[in-house]
Amino acid sequence: MTEPVPAAVRVLVPTGMIGAGTTAELVQAGIDLGADVIACDGGSTDSGPYYLGASTPKTTERAVASDLRIMLKAAAAAGIPVIVGSCGTSGTDSGVDWLAGIAHQVMADEGISLKVARIYSEQSKAVVLERLGAGRVHPLAPAGPLDPATVDRCEHIVGLLGHQPIVEALRQGADVVLAGRTTDTAVLAAVPLMRGMPAGPSWHAAKTTECGGQCTASPRSGGVLFSVDAEGFTVEPLDPTNACTPTTVAAHMLYENADPFRMREPSGTLDTSAAVYTALDDRRVRVEGSAFEHADVHTMKLEGSAIGGYQSIALVGIRDPEVLAHIDEWVAGLGQFLNDGIQRILGLQPDEYSIQLRCYGHNAVLGPLEPEATTAPREVGLLTIATAADQATATAITKYANPYLLHFPLPHMRDLPSFAFAGSPAETPRGAVYEFVLQHAVELDHPLDLARIEMSAL
Amino acid sequence: MSTDLSRTIGDVAELVRSKNAGPFWQTFDIFCDDDRAYAELSGDGVITAERIGAAYHVDPATVAVFWLPDIRVIKVSVPRPVSSGSALDRDVHAGQQHVPLMLLPVVP
Repeated sequence: MTEPVPAAVRVLVPTGMIGAGTTAELVQAGIDLGADVIACDGGSTDSGPYYLGASTPKTTERAVASDLRIMLKAAAAAGIPVIVGSCGTSGTDSGVDWLAGIAHQVMADEGISLKVARIYSEQSKAVVLERLGAGRVHPLAPAGPLDPATVDRCEHIVGLLGHQPIVEALRQGADVVLAGRTTDTAVLAAVPLMRGMPAGPSWHAAKTTECGGQCTASPRSGGVLFSVDAEGFTVEPLDPTNACTPTTVAAHMLYENADPFRMREPSGTLDTSAAVYTALDDRRVRVEGSAFEHADVHTMKLEGSAIGGYQSIALVGIRDPEVLAHIDEWVAGLGQFLNDGIQRILGLQPDEYSIQLRCYGHNAVLGPLEPEATTAPREVGLLTIATAADQATATAITKYANPYLLHFPLPHMRDLPSFAFAGSPAETPRGAVYEFVLQHAVELDHPLDLARIEMSAL
Repeated sequence: MSTDLSRTIGDVAELVRSKNAGPFWQTFDIFCDDDRAYAELSGDGVITAERIGAAYHVDPATVAVFWLPDIRVIKVSVPRPVSSGSALDRDVHAGQQHVPLMLLPVVP
């Protein structure tokens, strides 16, 4: 049975990330504009490897529940679906279950009954190693070929879902789709593509709106709504006092994108190089000319996070003008002294630990890239970061360093200075430090390969 | 056009910003207010892979520069020295890494 193709499909993007905040008024404004679906993502890799490695959400449950309550109430009343991708920040299986638990509670509180699909995309090491062995895992720049030992190091591996698993869940009757790691765009493009809209405008509209209000003149004024049709798409802010302009919309292709014209999805590549941006009025923008090249082989990008050691840190404040006037000399002397003692007294080899001395207030943010000539800072926060193979060793390094962080002098000083520890104890164990180790894509047998859909009526 | 040798890319541009683009890349966007500023910054030798490579201690062959005259933007992407949030990383979101580019003199 072929469903009739509508003239346009409208997607309400209430926020750039669930938990970042939206309001019932803004969502209602989008419903009034004829929204066919409410969709947003729930995470990304932007906040670093911890959230995937530890499989822990970055967002807090109350904030997520607040947004989800607004979205589910509006969607249930309007009879339209809700889609959330990259659940729990990293999109691990437990992240999907976490969001499903919040959805269950919200629906119970509100007396709403909706059919929920969970789509899992966490991948086992065995599956990744099997495909790697079959020559079906390929590096993405700047990575090199994947070493099986790297796969073995991962605490968690997720694959980025495209739109097809979401479409499949909706076709199976889901009212609410909670997906594991998904491309930001697939969450938003799924319903337009399912209802027969062209791929170029659907993907380009999704990329434009994946950070909610970021494509508007006032990014903090809430989300947006886009409408895809046979010729292109139109985007407008939910807040009637906010505006999209051709520049704010075109500029969003720059954001967090290494290439502003081409973007790879599981099913192909979006090409916006011929797109034309036109103001429809003072707050709506029309975009035409977006193209999509369908790939011969569907692929799934992999993300993996491994433990890169354990850390302890200590923060000490320096205000003495004489030390600050010679801060580079002072910190170099301290580093040399500490490394000598860590090796001689703690018995560690240079390849068994690292100690970083970062002078916040001086050059901690850029380090060796700092281009400005040194001027004496007024105050420095010296952050000492010890990294070792286990927590006890990392903490031993900061404990050994403690008296020298407190008292290390300049060479000519006859009295030992004392610096300002931020608190007691001075050292803070940070636990594992993770690192992203995969930048690779795996070939899929078919568009639903490596995705697992589970339906449940909550 | 001014011949002030101390003028920087940040002086001419309206905005220079940086952001992570996935865990292994960082990307810089240079926005110009008008065609004159865009023309100055897109002139020969101002923004080159060699100058970017030197400012960020990366191989110039890995530097990508994109020209977007329609919106008066120059975009530069380079691999990160270490991946986002790993033990030696200084800037998880790469949000402050635009400064060496911003402080490059327009006249090399």
